[in-house]
Amino acid sequence: MSDTLLSFEESLEKFDPAMGLEVHVELNTNTKMFCGCPAVFGGEPNTQTCPTCLGLPGAMPAVNAKAVESAMRIGLALNCEIAEWCRFARKNYFYPDMPKNFQTSQYDEPIAFDGYLDVEIPARSGEGTETFRVDIERAHMEEDTGKSLHVGGATGRIQGADHSLVDYNRAGIPLIEIVTKPIMGSREKAPEIAKAYVAQLRELIVALGVSDARMDQGSIRADVNLSLAPAGSGGLGTRTETKNVNSLRSVERAVRYEMQRHAAILDEGGSILQETRHWQEDSGVTLSGRPKSDADDYRYFPEPDLVPVAPSREWVEELRGTLPELPREKRARLQKEWGFSDLEMRDTVGAGALGLVEETIGAGASPQAARKWWLSDMARRANEKGVDVADLGVAPTDVARVQELVDEGRINDKLARQVFDGLLAGEGTPDEIVAARGLEIVSDDGALGAAVDKAIEANPDVADKIRDGKVAAAGALIGAVMKEMRGQADAGRVRELILERLS
Amino acid sequence: MPEITRQEVEHLADLARIDLSDAELDQIAPQLSVILESVASIKEAAADDIAPTSHALPLTNVFREDVVVPGLTAEQALSGAPEVDQQRFSVPRILGEEA
Repeated sequence: MSDTLLSFEESLEKFDPAMGLEVHVELNTNTKMFCGCPAVFGGEPNTQTCPTCLGLPGAMPAVNAKAVESAMRIGLALNCEIAEWCRFARKNYFYPDMPKNFQTSQYDEPIAFDGYLDVEIPARSGEGTETFRVDIERAHMEEDTGKSLHVGGATGRIQGADHSLVDYNRAGIPLIEIVTKPIMGSREKAPEIAKAYVAQLRELIVALGVSDARMDQGSIRADVNLSLAPAGSGGLGTRTETKNVNSLRSVERAVRYEMQRHAAILDEGGSILQETRHWQEDSGVTLSGRPKSDADDYRYFPEPDLVPVAPSREWVEELRGTLPELPREKRARLQKEWGFSDLEMRDTVGAGALGLVEETIGAGASPQAARKWWLSDMARRANEKGVDVADLGVAPTDVARVQELVDEGRINDKLARQVFDGLLAGEGTPDEIVAARGLEIVSDDGALGAAVDKAIEANPDVADKIRDGKVAAAGALIGAVMKEMRGQADAGRVRELILERLS
Repeated sequence: MPEITRQEVEHLADLARIDLSDAELDQIAPQLSVILESVASIKEAAADDIAPTSHALPLTNVFREDVVVPGLTAEQALSGAPEVDQQRFSVPRILGEEA
């Protein structure tokens, strides 16, 4: 059964989208939120548990101070207020991913609230960037759930499974849930803004150093709430919540898909069922999960086993002092320092090469040289290998050294590419590769002179033209010399030698 | 006057996965109403300027350092499980109750 979709354009003619994004960030603390079990990814099943995270009778939780600190730093970086006093709450539900039969979370007293993130998107005018402010409703502390394997179903999905197998290693790992206010007025930019928000929130988390921030491993997870209202009405329609959106690209696609699906239903006079839907990465559609029901009656109440968290204003200000330069500000500063155009900057960021370019410049290369190598040569090689440019295996210091060799006139750009071949093949440092492969440019007049004489002899007509003052013709002779010298001639010196001989 | 209806008790029992017979519902609903009534009498003692309390002790900020402490082995963790498969807790299939 496939959904009927209205075209994206038509859905925008008739409706305005409103979005709400919920992002869960798994913290990279050493231990879980409420017990001293290790909070690491990928251990053997059920090897990282204790009576507390297994919900055994009599176990007492204790709050991880580092997790509270990380939560506050995230809140501060998102321009939030930090609660003067807040509590944990029990969210009661019966589902075997939480052995306690409740999740310890925060309800109406989140640690951080009322913030915003200014998201940069390509400008509607087509040039440069523009800023779209996403208001943050809250960021609260909670704990992750265990992992279930569904056995017996056709596809490992919950539907049709005979039974489930649960691993509680992940149960209790600290999570920060960041919830936006309804994002209105995004119109045709809605899918793009959703993606940019998650991407730039992720960058912020990386800059703060509070999470591994790996979407592919689930350490950042996004849920997309979407509703449509008649165009221009300013209202809010019935929403759906799409879960399992585990890549930046999927965030964009899921918003677009739900816009088109809602629009088709509403356009035919139907109504949207408020439900949870699941994003299907392979087919690019959302599938109905379950409707909101009595099971959503979570009967929250204040957690009796944990006392309130009341961060002193001194602590809050101390943490504010530890905030790193925010990614957006850093980009603006670097662009100015490097003299990059908006387009050059956008390409650099888009290629995931900002940090690499920065380090290469730090190691002595000029901004334009650093950008050139990473965005042309390295990006192409990474693309061929199907890896991110950062995972190519070439260090920024190597790129800087190669450029230094070019600047010293010891190699040229063409020979530099051979040095990169050597680097990728693990042949050693740039200097070792130049020596081992014999790549150094010849600028010795004896060797060059012989090659120049040979070229003149082989191309008498070209030589005559130069004698007649057509200096531009020297290019053909330089080419011949370079060929003879296997590209390893100092082209500038070759030109001088040709003109000396033919004037 | 706080009162809890039979339907509300039935709903709560359902949420708490407690199977109550009709006879039990008939018996428990009025009992719960009496309990709620008794608890509500606290309101009479507490003036408007007294904030609701969730904890008996005036403590805040009781934290634990982020240091790993040894927990259970997988064998220990699974020792109370009715069924174990692939070093995991085997649980009955979950229908329509996804969290």
